[in-house]
Amino acid sequence: MSINLQALSAQLLVGLINGSFYALLSLGLAVIFGMLNIINFAHGAVYMMGAFAAYFLLNVAGIGYWPALILAPLAVGIFGMILERTMLKWISGLDHLYGLLLTFGLALIIQGVFQNYFGSSGLPYAIPDQLKGGVNLGFMFLPIYRGWVVIFSLVVCLATWFLIERTRLGAYLRAATENPTLVRAFGINVPRMITLTYGLGVGLAALAGVLSAPINQVRPLMGADLIIVVFAVVVIGGMGSIMGSIITGFALGIVEGLTKYFYPEASNTVVFVLMVLVLLVKPSGLTGRAA
Amino acid sequence: MRKSTIAATLLGSALSVVSMSIASAQDKVVKIGALSDQSGLYSDLAGAGSTLAAQMAAEDSGLMAKGWKIDVISGDHQNKPDIGANLARQWFDVDKVDVIVDVPNSGVALAVNNVVKEKNGVFLNSGAGTSDLTNAQCSPNTVHWTYDTYNLAYGTGTALTKAGGDSWFFLTADYAFGAALERDTTNAVKAAGGKVAGSVKHPLNSSDFSSFLLQAQSSKAKVIGLANAGGDTSNAIKQAHEFGITSGGQKMAALLLFITDVKAIGLDLAQGLNFTETFYWDANDDTRAFSKKFAARMKNGAPPSMVQAGVYSSLIHYLKALDSMGGNPHDGAKVVAKMKDMPTDDVLFGKGSIQPNGRKIHPAFLFEVKKPAESKAPWDFYKLVATIPADQAFTPLDKSTCPLLRK
Repeated sequence: MSINLQALSAQLLVGLINGSFYALLSLGLAVIFGMLNIINFAHGAVYMMGAFAAYFLLNVAGIGYWPALILAPLAVGIFGMILERTMLKWISGLDHLYGLLLTFGLALIIQGVFQNYFGSSGLPYAIPDQLKGGVNLGFMFLPIYRGWVVIFSLVVCLATWFLIERTRLGAYLRAATENPTLVRAFGINVPRMITLTYGLGVGLAALAGVLSAPINQVRPLMGADLIIVVFAVVVIGGMGSIMGSIITGFALGIVEGLTKYFYPEASNTVVFVLMVLVLLVKPSGLTGRAA
Repeated sequence: MRKSTIAATLLGSALSVVSMSIASAQDKVVKIGALSDQSGLYSDLAGAGSTLAAQMAAEDSGLMAKGWKIDVISGDHQNKPDIGANLARQWFDVDKVDVIVDVPNSGVALAVNNVVKEKNGVFLNSGAGTSDLTNAQCSPNTVHWTYDTYNLAYGTGTALTKAGGDSWFFLTADYAFGAALERDTTNAVKAAGGKVAGSVKHPLNSSDFSSFLLQAQSSKAKVIGLANAGGDTSNAIKQAHEFGITSGGQKMAALLLFITDVKAIGLDLAQGLNFTETFYWDANDDTRAFSKKFAARMKNGAPPSMVQAGVYSSLIHYLKALDSMGGNPHDGAKVVAKMKDMPTDDVLFGKGSIQPNGRKIHPAFLFEVKKPAESKAPWDFYKLVATIPADQAFTPLDKSTCPLLRK
């Protein structure tokens, strides 16, 4: 196959777009794992709920895309915090496996309920008028909305990284995971911080859901199809590493885009092949701390 | 006392022998298994609606009033051929199922086709597209009812090529159905004087088509043929709009589009698409009356898709055949032979027939999706462009490679 430079750069850009979804989702997972030590299998389900929330805001309340960008993650984040308070809290001291099973079960229930009411083929959600159309970059036609997704998610990712790694609040959070008892002794309400953190992680997933609603069909299984790949991204990047998950998210989107160009049939599996290779060479992930 | 006991026992066993021999020959019990994708990408166009269609066929056949006992069970093959084949095997061996209906997903259908033949059951396929079911893989136990890849390819491929779309690029789902559809459409396009610029295979159930669409775009082909189905088709169409493919002058051809897909894409983006189907709920008074009854029993109020209508229609004919035989012989090949002897006639597909290779023959319709302004009611989506007569809509018998024809 002759390599067409134009086509190749187009695939790179497309990969970057998909990478922004991987990055947003794996970032949420990393935040939750890093702070709560929970492997959140319900992440795909809350991503789907974010997209559905945007759909309902538009079709029931008449609230458009821009407010939904804030309201949907907020609503789903609150739902997440209720989950944390009523269920996840009770298994916080136990083995990872319990959290994994609980959240996996929750995901199946949530997806089942949505599927029962909305079927599987999905609901349409239009691109907001301000972001319709596209620009011709010479080597490809870039839809404005996709460009917006890349920039917006990059900003959100970096802001989250800054919040956790560079602010006082972030320092409390990191300290609370290291030694909750000691942090409590300083008069900081650790359980509340944990709840808020889970809400933040879940809200990030819901935000990714809102972003993807105009691109993909809003359907109950949209998260289930994506979550496995996102877990592979997190494993490759290193569980719990904030920057690692952001970079790996974008990088793997690009790798996948290249695979779709050179050997499309393997585009579903390439991420997992990479995961196996990374686990063999560096079991804690590319940027992970050794467990 | 003793004598009478012995006599009673003898009489009893004699009776049971008699009744058993009747049972093994012919009785009035039918068990229908609706095997479908109950939760994945094809569950809206088939799934629970197909089970409902089977149930309605049992009720409308009038056989239950004549003392027949008809049961409908359903199963989920999860789009996996091994799961589908195992379930079919279990249905025949343990649950004593007589007939399997629906089975969307060509990969699963081909696997089930073999099991049904081995167990001498009946397979009335409505959901799968591959034309192999009535060609190389044909079976004396199978009737392929609703549509097939030849039928779609001939309808849409020929019409678009003749209308000026003489170069094609395919986006093909990477499994049996996609391959069959691409092959049959390629033949139709070439026969109509067009050429194929290339194709790209994508994994089943993809959410992102941008890479594939860019490849199609740079091919400069006039028509981009979507050799896929369900959620894959609707995502591809939606994203093609985003990348300016349709506004750039290339035409999208959804080779298989169901009414549920049009609903999911929305008329805004779907308008103007041409595609072939063999059933539309709003075609005439009979289909409207049936669809009204059907929608009232569907959880989301949807009218029947082409696949669900096919499940109903095929079972009506099957039960008619059983009725004319005076009972169920539980011999699949025999029942299918009877079905092929009788002309078909039902409210949804009208008059038709079944060819010796198992292909059900009826007219097909070339539709166009309405503009949003033209749609007057929910689910009012299609405009009829052309009717393809029954004798042209499917593979001509002399071109069928079915071994059954070479007897």
